[in-house]
Amino acid sequence: MPAGLAISDFYYILPELVITGGALLLLVADVLLPVARAAAAAGAGADGLTERHRRRTQILSWITLGVIGATVLSLAPFADTHVEVAGGLIAVDRFALFFKVVFLAAAALTVLMSTRYLEIEGASPGEYYFLVLCATLGMMVMAGGIDLVTIFIGLETMAVSFYILAGFIKPSQRSNEAAVTYFLLGAFSLGILLYGMSLMYGLSGTTSLRTMAVAFAGQPRDPRLVLAVILVVAGIGFKIGAVPFHMWAPDVYEGAPTPITAYLSVGSKAASFAMLLRIFLEGLPATSADWRLLFEVLSIVTMTVGNVAALTQTNLKRMLAYSSIAHAGYVLMGVVAGTPRGVSAMLIYLLIYAFMQLGAFAVIVMMRRRDVVGDELKDYSGLSARNPLAAFAMLLFMLSLGGIPPTAGFMGKFWLFGAAIDAGYVWLAVIGVLNSAISLYYYVRVVVFMYLKTEAIGSEPAFSAPLGVVVGVTLAATIVLGVYPRLLFEAAEASARTLGVAGTAIALK
Amino acid sequence: MTAETVLFYVFAAVAVVASMLVIAQRNPIHSVLLLIASFGALSGLYVLLEAPFVAVIQIIVYAGAIMVLFLFVVMLLNAPHEETGHDLAVHPLLRPGPLRVGGVLAAALVVELVWALTAHGGESGAFPSGAVSSVAAIGRSLFRDYSFQFEVTSVLILVAMVGAVVLASRGPTGRAR
Repeated sequence: MPAGLAISDFYYILPELVITGGALLLLVADVLLPVARAAAAAGAGADGLTERHRRRTQILSWITLGVIGATVLSLAPFADTHVEVAGGLIAVDRFALFFKVVFLAAAALTVLMSTRYLEIEGASPGEYYFLVLCATLGMMVMAGGIDLVTIFIGLETMAVSFYILAGFIKPSQRSNEAAVTYFLLGAFSLGILLYGMSLMYGLSGTTSLRTMAVAFAGQPRDPRLVLAVILVVAGIGFKIGAVPFHMWAPDVYEGAPTPITAYLSVGSKAASFAMLLRIFLEGLPATSADWRLLFEVLSIVTMTVGNVAALTQTNLKRMLAYSSIAHAGYVLMGVVAGTPRGVSAMLIYLLIYAFMQLGAFAVIVMMRRRDVVGDELKDYSGLSARNPLAAFAMLLFMLSLGGIPPTAGFMGKFWLFGAAIDAGYVWLAVIGVLNSAISLYYYVRVVVFMYLKTEAIGSEPAFSAPLGVVVGVTLAATIVLGVYPRLLFEAAEASARTLGVAGTAIALK
Repeated sequence: MTAETVLFYVFAAVAVVASMLVIAQRNPIHSVLLLIASFGALSGLYVLLEAPFVAVIQIIVYAGAIMVLFLFVVMLLNAPHEETGHDLAVHPLLRPGPLRVGGVLAAALVVELVWALTAHGGESGAFPSGAVSSVAAIGRSLFRDYSFQFEVTSVLILVAMVGAVVLASRGPTGRAR
């Protein structure tokens, strides 16, 4: 039985407190700032109106960035902390820290991307940024959760925020459809996940993952536990977009506002993988034979279906949706390996994937004009002539997603496939390599459109300073992590070492 | 067979039959009313499990508040039948789509459940018996042991509130969205 929060525990949940406080502050600021509608009533023209909205959006995005920055700073004291807070409800360790850094970096880039997008769409920025911060809070709770209740509440906070964000552009039919699809299927999958979790609780008598590992250690194979594992895998499979639970992804990715699509494909996916690792490596190391087999099948099917389906897409957001499904398949290899090396490869890959995916979406946001959505492949025809910089950035992101050597994507894949081979899953790695080869077709097709097609039918990219920062940062990360990956590798290995060790050690006792 | 066992089977049967009838109804109002019956049976099961507080909550919150909300929504949307004239001939559960996909999934789940529950291996974990049922024990675990999750839940509810405002409001630029 957890002992609840002691006064000293508040120190350890400081980052969560900071981001919650910041989100509330943002809501208050949203109310206090002069409302654009008041200006309209005062008789300001349409230009004055949009100018007001623009200024308002900028102020609120600066506040959001400040909150994220403060949260990052508040993470600093916990670089080498390993404690279980509140009697084993959340863990503050390197593993959680690594993921929190990924979430906050992705959130910051998303906010930078959103400023211009919100101006064009005329959507209200206050609630938007509040929901982005709350989604981040949910992810942070998920990454730290070592108790089923904590993990579930974090997951729910993140998911509800994303349901609303996906439908944030209300005049757009596609956005509405995305929100409804995501909400209905998300609620259904959460029910399945919860059913599995309740079976786990029923069999062990505890919701704490580490206590559960002790309870299950050395027990004979219980069919009810196998059922629980299957249900939990199905529930998490939905969240990470693994085939056959991927049906929602293309529609939601296409319909949701582009920055949200980016954040959804990076943050939500990383958080779900954190949850997956926590549940299976910390809580169920005793049944590893069962879930490894499940994830092995899931990994193969996911990469193959994702890549093959991406081949025929003409909408760039849809194509990236299928490609993100395929990437989930690659990352699952690390779970199958289940070794510290596999886990560190997953962490590395998720971070690298965050940067290249966010970068690619930033270029798509650039193409968004008042009258053009800019996510069709033909919009990119002849982009290299119109904006060589954007085209070059997109080229690098595509090559990195495909896994071509000088970029970070190659290092990530190299490490993942290496971990799979290390753990004895050679043919799984072979399938992964074959899939990477297939994926090159559709990544390179974008490049062909940008560089080899001459007719310029798409829109002029709308460049803005924040978007420039996003593209610059993601581009730098994609190249630097590809050329000099050592720092990241060391950080990831140190983080991976803190996970599962406790669980396996207990299980072996 | 003790009276308790008999009651268990009665409540369980009512819950299962009512739940099945919920999805077999054409009229949403009937579905809602049957769902209330199912919740009532569930609350009876909770009483048998010596959890009177949860049983009462089940009635007050689910059968009371939430079902009233359901009824309101159904009546507001003015959707007495989910069918449009042409497909009234075939019952919704007997159409090819639900039969193939849903039927197969449901059958798979039933087989899995039966297999898992009959192929019994080992005893379940130990549960703190009796103590869970008292309001004091629930309050203690909610506000002390799991206070962190309780606080995060408050953020979750705030998110839902903001979401309702966002989805129902007009845009800041004044145009109806």
